[in-house]
Amino acid sequence: MLPTELMQEGEHLMTVCNACRYCEGYCAVWQAMERRLVFKESDLNYLANLCHSCSECYYACQYAPPHEFDINPPKTLAKIRAYTYQLYAWPQPLAKLFRKNGLLVSLLTALLLIGFLLAAGALLGNRLWQPVRSGDIYPIVPHEVMVLTFAAVGLFAALALLIGFLRFWRNVGERYSALADPAALARTAKDVLRLEYLDNGGAGCTYPGTESSQSLRWFHHLTFYGFLSCFVATTLGAIYYYLLGWHGPYGYTSLPVIFGTVGGVGLLIGPLGLFVLKQRRNRDIVDESQYGMDVSFLVLLWLASVSGLLLLFLRESAAMGTLLVVHLGIIMALFLTLPYGKFVHGVYRSAAVLKWALERSRPPEHNVEV
Amino acid sequence: MTDGFSGFDVLVIGGGNAALAAALSARETGASVLLLEGAPPEFRGGNSRHTRNLRCMHTAPTEVMTDSYPEDEFYNDILRVTGGQTNEQLARMTIRASASCTAWMKGYGVRFQHAMGGTLHLGRTNAFFLGGGKAMMNAYYAHAERAGIRIVYNAEVVDLDVADGRFRSARVLVNGEPVAIGAKVLVAASGGFESNLEWLKEAWGPAADNFLIRGTPYNKGKVLKRLIESGIESIGDPTQGHCVAIDARAPKFDGGIVTRLDCVSLGIVVNKNGERFYDEGEEFWPKRYAIWGRLVAQQPDQIGHCIIDAKAMGKFMPSVFPPAKAQTIAELARLVKLPVEKVVATVKAFNDAVQPGTFNHAILDDCHTAGLKPEKTHWALRIDQPPFYAYGLRPGLTFTYLGVKVNERAMALRKGGQRTENIFAAGEIMAGSILGKGYVAGFGVTIGTVFGRIAGREAAMQALGRVENGTEEAPRHAAN
Repeated sequence: MLPTELMQEGEHLMTVCNACRYCEGYCAVWQAMERRLVFKESDLNYLANLCHSCSECYYACQYAPPHEFDINPPKTLAKIRAYTYQLYAWPQPLAKLFRKNGLLVSLLTALLLIGFLLAAGALLGNRLWQPVRSGDIYPIVPHEVMVLTFAAVGLFAALALLIGFLRFWRNVGERYSALADPAALARTAKDVLRLEYLDNGGAGCTYPGTESSQSLRWFHHLTFYGFLSCFVATTLGAIYYYLLGWHGPYGYTSLPVIFGTVGGVGLLIGPLGLFVLKQRRNRDIVDESQYGMDVSFLVLLWLASVSGLLLLFLRESAAMGTLLVVHLGIIMALFLTLPYGKFVHGVYRSAAVLKWALERSRPPEHNVEV
Repeated sequence: MTDGFSGFDVLVIGGGNAALAAALSARETGASVLLLEGAPPEFRGGNSRHTRNLRCMHTAPTEVMTDSYPEDEFYNDILRVTGGQTNEQLARMTIRASASCTAWMKGYGVRFQHAMGGTLHLGRTNAFFLGGGKAMMNAYYAHAERAGIRIVYNAEVVDLDVADGRFRSARVLVNGEPVAIGAKVLVAASGGFESNLEWLKEAWGPAADNFLIRGTPYNKGKVLKRLIESGIESIGDPTQGHCVAIDARAPKFDGGIVTRLDCVSLGIVVNKNGERFYDEGEEFWPKRYAIWGRLVAQQPDQIGHCIIDAKAMGKFMPSVFPPAKAQTIAELARLVKLPVEKVVATVKAFNDAVQPGTFNHAILDDCHTAGLKPEKTHWALRIDQPPFYAYGLRPGLTFTYLGVKVNERAMALRKGGQRTENIFAAGEIMAGSILGKGYVAGFGVTIGTVFGRIAGREAAMQALGRVENGTEEAPRHAAN
């Protein structure tokens, strides 16, 4: 259950907004709102995740503070969103990890790094510090060890995220069968991959300040596609290894290295840009309690990129062993914390956009004649 | 005190749509501009921050409006709502000039909703601002700052030095500190007097105590009053304006759009004595909406109560305040402190008079009463399905029409029709020159934009010496 105070804040927001409707041209939140007259907790959970925090509505709002109605959609919806992350988390006892996420991520990363380095040091001794012929990593970490540990962590993260998605889907009143709608899926893919709701018809959004800008959208694109590109690089590496029998290290012009490098550069610039924007954003409209969670995810992505790129360029040097262990430690921390940190916004926001794609083609709950 | 406030070509008093249109237009003509906004930055924009659209003539579909809305149809709409109390020449000029407004506004960053969709189904006659009027004002202010217009907030003009139709200086409280500010030319765009409760009382009598002001608390009418006192011709009746029936629980000021109530047509409205007083089914919203404020203002204690039943719920725009709710009419009357027997009798008489028909809220349907005084001529359904609901209604004053008289160049006229020398006016402060009474949605913003642009340009030309004062010039704005 939403805390009573937050529930009341959400209801007040929707009551004022639904009587006003000036923002209906901005994004799907307001069009979805107009289909409803009553706002249950599940409606608020859905609308909160549909909100992309672009802030246009806040600056346009005649009822924003210091007006007595005190309407602040991005902040109220962000608070509800943070609550839904815990609500849908699997396994449920781990949901409280969201609360001290920044601390968790830092501690876990440090522990994994120290653990990995100690283990590598104990197992390899001086060999850890010797240059490895042609950058081959397997003398440092045996292939089987790497595949087993990362497959286990990756599958766990994927399972936790999938269960989170399914819990959201049921909570907002959708059936699983509704997912089999190719048109809605295509529309969702387009809206999500383009970041349609941070674009506002080409003007961008009022983030970090009052002037519309595309900076949030582009830094997010660099981050998202950087992440995706690294994922493609890894997948290609697996295909090379298992299907084609080509063992690494792969040359600088090979596809896995190209995708990894491009992705790495994206993750070098994107999270840094997002971090800078975050420092400059208007504090009045953000839920400050999520700062740790947001920043720890950005830092992890950035560290993954830096350590990965260094590993690539120094793979024939004496630092390679250490860099490899550090990089793997960071990636491990990243994947272990995926289901309990900022990453989940992508899952629930996409799911909300998908629900909207389905909902907009249905008759509304209420169609008020005026 | 000299603090860089003097020496500007054009002084614009006001901070709403008309003021910003004038300031931007004067700046683009080449003048230096000082703009005085009485409100702090967070409440800037006058009543424009509560607006949503403007009414525009167009002969073919545009990106932001469907179909066409020709000059004659537009003029007939004005003629109808004002009952002829308009100035045909000024009205037609405004209508023609409205055609170029959206393009000009877009040039200053104002964004519009696409023509299709929208709450009011006004996509044919009105262009809707994306995000509403405050978003429009944000765009204007951002561009004004970039264009080098000097903007001063918390600047309340308390007096004007005007002699023989010539503006010399204004006495201004800037953050409470008195400053005298001179300029070559004045554009008065400071709105009406609807938030001056004493002045309202002079005009309306004690009834004004029960009025709610839907917009800015900063429209005190001080500039308007000083202009009239210094010999500028006034126009309009102080009791005329745009007054709608809103939720009785709305805040005294600045409640804006969310306080509107539109369930009048779905039930009956009784006064504090429990009696009906007007045909609730006469007209569609927004025409209906525009007359009910005055109707309630004429009732004892300026209060009305709209009574509906379960059938009506979900058929009107939701209000921001929940209605009173009860299982019987008697209980409902008790809840809202109305004479119980009288209300029960009124509802019974109404229910008995309802004739059979086919309810259709989208047309003037055939559901009506027979033998009542007054009749309900459309959408009359028996109020018989519990739970029953009641909403209190109060007059919600939106803007006033008493203003200064202007010519086609937006120049204020002196008593007797002579021109002033360097005083222009735009927006609500001169809207009475065109709207004697009544209202059509979005026309206030149209007048503000059209006259703001003209006033700004003319003021700049005058300040820069490009126009000989007193020469007759064909208005160039009407055609562009």
